[in-house]
Amino acid sequence: MDHFINLTLNGLALGAAYSALALSLVLIYQATRLVNFAQPAFALLSVYAAFAVTQITGSYWLGFGAALITGMTAGAAAERFVVRPIARVSPLNGVIVTLGMLLVVQGAVGMIWGNEQHAFGYAFSYVGRFSPADIFAVSAVAGVALLLFLLYRFTAIGLRMRAAAHHPEAARLSGVRVGLMLTAGWAIASFIGALAGMLAAPPFLYPNVFDIVFVFGITAAVVGGLDNPFGAILGGMLIGLGGSWVSGYVGPELATLSALVIVVVVLSVRPDGILSRPTARKV
Amino acid sequence: MSTTTGQRPEPSTGAASTPPPSLPEKWRALPLPARNLLGAAVALLVVTAFLAVTGDLTALRLATVGYTFLALAGLQLLVGGSGQISLGHGAFMMIGAYTMALLVLHLPMLPLATNLFIVVAVSAVAGIAVGAATARLHGPYLAGATLILAVGLPGIAHRYHDLFGGSNGLNIRTVGVPPFLDGVVTTSEWRALVVWFTVLLVLAALATISGGRLGRRMRAIRDDETAAAMSGIPVGRTKVVAFIIASAAGGLAGGLQAYALGTVTPSSFALVLSLTLIAALVLGGIGSLWGALWAAVAVVYLEVWASDLARAMDLGHNVQHNLPIVLFGVVLILVLRFWPLGLHGGLQALRNRIARR
Amino acid sequence: MPANRRGRRLVQAAVAGALALVMTATACTGAGQIEEGVPADLDVAPGVTDDSVVIGAHHPLTGPAAPGYLSISRGASAVFDYINEQGGVNGREIDFRAEDDAYDPSMTIDVTRELVIRDEIFAMMGGLGTPTHSGVIDYLNEEGVPDVFPSSGALAWNNTDVHPLTYGWQTDYTKEAKVQGEYIAEHFPGQSVGYLYQNDDVGVDSQAGLDQYLEEDVVARQHYESDVTDLSAQIAELDRAGADVVVCSCIPAFTAMGMLEASRIGFDPQWMVSSIGGDTATLQGLLQEFTSDTAAEGTPADAFLEDTLVTSYIPRVEDTEDEWAQFFRDVYEEYGGEDPITNTHIFGMSQAVMFAQALKSAGPDLTRQALVDALETEEWRGPGFVPFASSDGDHGGHEGVFVVQHQLDGTQDWVQEARVTDREDGPIEQVEDFDRAMPDELEFHD
Repeated sequence: MDHFINLTLNGLALGAAYSALALSLVLIYQATRLVNFAQPAFALLSVYAAFAVTQITGSYWLGFGAALITGMTAGAAAERFVVRPIARVSPLNGVIVTLGMLLVVQGAVGMIWGNEQHAFGYAFSYVGRFSPADIFAVSAVAGVALLLFLLYRFTAIGLRMRAAAHHPEAARLSGVRVGLMLTAGWAIASFIGALAGMLAAPPFLYPNVFDIVFVFGITAAVVGGLDNPFGAILGGMLIGLGGSWVSGYVGPELATLSALVIVVVVLSVRPDGILSRPTARKV
Repeated sequence: MSTTTGQRPEPSTGAASTPPPSLPEKWRALPLPARNLLGAAVALLVVTAFLAVTGDLTALRLATVGYTFLALAGLQLLVGGSGQISLGHGAFMMIGAYTMALLVLHLPMLPLATNLFIVVAVSAVAGIAVGAATARLHGPYLAGATLILAVGLPGIAHRYHDLFGGSNGLNIRTVGVPPFLDGVVTTSEWRALVVWFTVLLVLAALATISGGRLGRRMRAIRDDETAAAMSGIPVGRTKVVAFIIASAAGGLAGGLQAYALGTVTPSSFALVLSLTLIAALVLGGIGSLWGALWAAVAVVYLEVWASDLARAMDLGHNVQHNLPIVLFGVVLILVLRFWPLGLHGGLQALRNRIARR
Repeated sequence: MPANRRGRRLVQAAVAGALALVMTATACTGAGQIEEGVPADLDVAPGVTDDSVVIGAHHPLTGPAAPGYLSISRGASAVFDYINEQGGVNGREIDFRAEDDAYDPSMTIDVTRELVIRDEIFAMMGGLGTPTHSGVIDYLNEEGVPDVFPSSGALAWNNTDVHPLTYGWQTDYTKEAKVQGEYIAEHFPGQSVGYLYQNDDVGVDSQAGLDQYLEEDVVARQHYESDVTDLSAQIAELDRAGADVVVCSCIPAFTAMGMLEASRIGFDPQWMVSSIGGDTATLQGLLQEFTSDTAAEGTPADAFLEDTLVTSYIPRVEDTEDEWAQFFRDVYEEYGGEDPITNTHIFGMSQAVMFAQALKSAGPDLTRQALVDALETEEWRGPGFVPFASSDGDHGGHEGVFVVQHQLDGTQDWVQEARVTDREDGPIEQVEDFDRAMPDELEFHD
């Protein structure tokens, strides 16, 4: 039983990072209808920025701030200058160009900081079965989700962003600056992606550190439903828990396979994810 | 897609401006399968001639281009033909490669041709299983499910490492040059020939499929699924069939890879392979086998050229090692920015512009 | 018109011919039925000029496996730079080309062929990794390229019947594990032992050695996959099983992760780490961020590493008295990179010294046969601390390990002198009168 509780707590902590990344993917999908493969790259760049700032200033939290700002800027710039002109022509090209950005950023990070591992700390002490760092991870993700909910539901800018994403023509007619709203959507998403990176990177930082986190992030978004931010969080927790249980009871080599099983089971029952709207899909 | 489904008969219809009147007509009078087979034969001659003038190093890379081409052609049929995006194509290559390795290790008396047939059968069965499980998924959901398939599958090789060799994989040795050609071609050249022979034969078949009823149905689904369904096309079944064909092509490509390289390990079929395949396909150009060919050349040679370039310039360690990755990304972004139809589309546009002058 | 028809008939004939050719050639023999080839001619000297010799290697310089392994080729390069500065070996500068294979065997095959065919390397030196090098070992032997000192402790390198040109270097995993097992059985009798190992040949071969001494005492066997960077389930299980001693047959990142995870849940076993993961300098670098809640707050990561036992066969970067360690620190200072020197650098540096020594012995009339003869007859006297096998059908490389224990002040105590053994169930023996040559005595450059 003790073992089960440990595995569950580990799964929740891992799931928090997957949830945050899934959340950032869902936000971008909602804004621009494409899956952003560059999300882990922006997160990577952000975390390396934090690493550099922390090294210079000695303050973890200054680094943390730098990461969030870097993520936000990278996301906004990528949408405005790279993705938009390409995705306008073909949505598939829009997805693939994010893959191109992933390669460029991953390589550039290696060029600047090298391919060696660097120690990279947690926000709070990691000591304990469900450590302060774990508590921080879970509550940060919960807090961000709540803020997002408030933003989209109760503020004017949130309404405009939703309008720009779902009915761009109508929104434009009623005076919403659609392009700006999309860029803002990417900025917010990449802000959350940077947060995910800060939660998922420790203890060690290297250019490929987010490979598997990212796969689980996408899986989580798909499982939860790409149209629903809460689905992303639910999906992240499911994948985190499933991976931890399978690792502990069956074997770590099957952790990724457990995610596959979750995807197959969930999607065969609900092809658009757990929390997809039950209405028929638009064609 | 409709314009370029098959192997172009090299230069004869290539420059459409002023050909001798009789040849293209006769060409068009031939049935499609015959045209494709002839095209494949010409292509094989080109490859043979190319092998004759280059060395052993190019032979291996040519073989790599060959099986990558086949894998991409399968993906092309899936993405360009029916609009389904699979990020898990590497998984089928892995299935094919391990099937080939296990056959060679445990049933060494089976001839290569038989092995290749079995590889196709096994990966087609895998395609049926995955295709049926994902038939209801669309767009990013299919992409996500196939992505996790590609990442999760190597776990099986680790789990059953007595059978699959764990992370060290399986090493196989296969027959080289047949005795009567000993001294005429090297082992690598022979392997490249066998790979290309198989690849071109299958491509001729794929081109025939795309040009036929199934191809038309798939394109109808890609363009508008609802309209296709309303005009009586069995949408679900057609999609699954496309998935199976693509899987079989991917599996065969993997089998040929195992044959050409003699080693099969999980790390060759990691996340990066599946992502590279789809990225390269878009880079090459969706909708035509030519796009798949340029994509295969790009996958193999961009890396080679970039490392040569990086070595030639006197750069720091970190910059030099990471330059190939960055360069691939930059090329991908630039091509998509300025040639949205990929290299094939760009080259066609260039040719049209020159022809107009 | 008739010309066209003739042309097409020619094409058809060619196609039919090619088709028949391939079908017959591939249909009559089994794909896996191969015959032995002719041994390659070794009286050749590709890549050798009067003033240079080209040496190749494949290493993961990018990708997920690059962290941790990068330092090996950097260390080797530093030593070769030093040697070239001294005038080279027999008047030849060493041109060392480490190519990136990203730890993907299909890329290893490509870069190896590029090295052999285009760069015309004289020999391969230190090709890294078991899955990667396994993919090219046949090719190198068939082509007659001396395959010197692969960077891996797999047993496969020592198989002279099949791969006569391959010379192992690292103490193989089973030998090392036998000495570890014996040490634990002697010094921690009756205590519960847990294994934590990488799920590949490292794990299989290590357990084969450990079990010879510890089979009765093992309470948990936990493995990890190198692409899943989470050890929480494994460490929790080792804790639950009550392991007093944990033997870690892991690479450095996972050793560090294991120690962190253990300290997170308050599990404090006696660690025994293999040479591959026992790079204490790298571990310190990785762990230094995480000392803030421990007794060692403000100091380097020695709190994690205190009392950790490490097996090794080459000089330790922490060793202030050994002349070779001093030599390597000096060379790295002058020719190395900006990162601090680690034991992983010393791995590549020791390989480079021993390779240069063989090259020196091969004499001025350099051929591949001369290098092979030199390897077979060389009297190895360092920088390693244990005898080295490279002749008489035994290409096993280093034959044993010594044991050090890390101290809180960052120094390391020798707790057991070098012992040697075989990879079967033979006895473990103390190394008697192994006379190491110091850097100024050993002839490895002009």
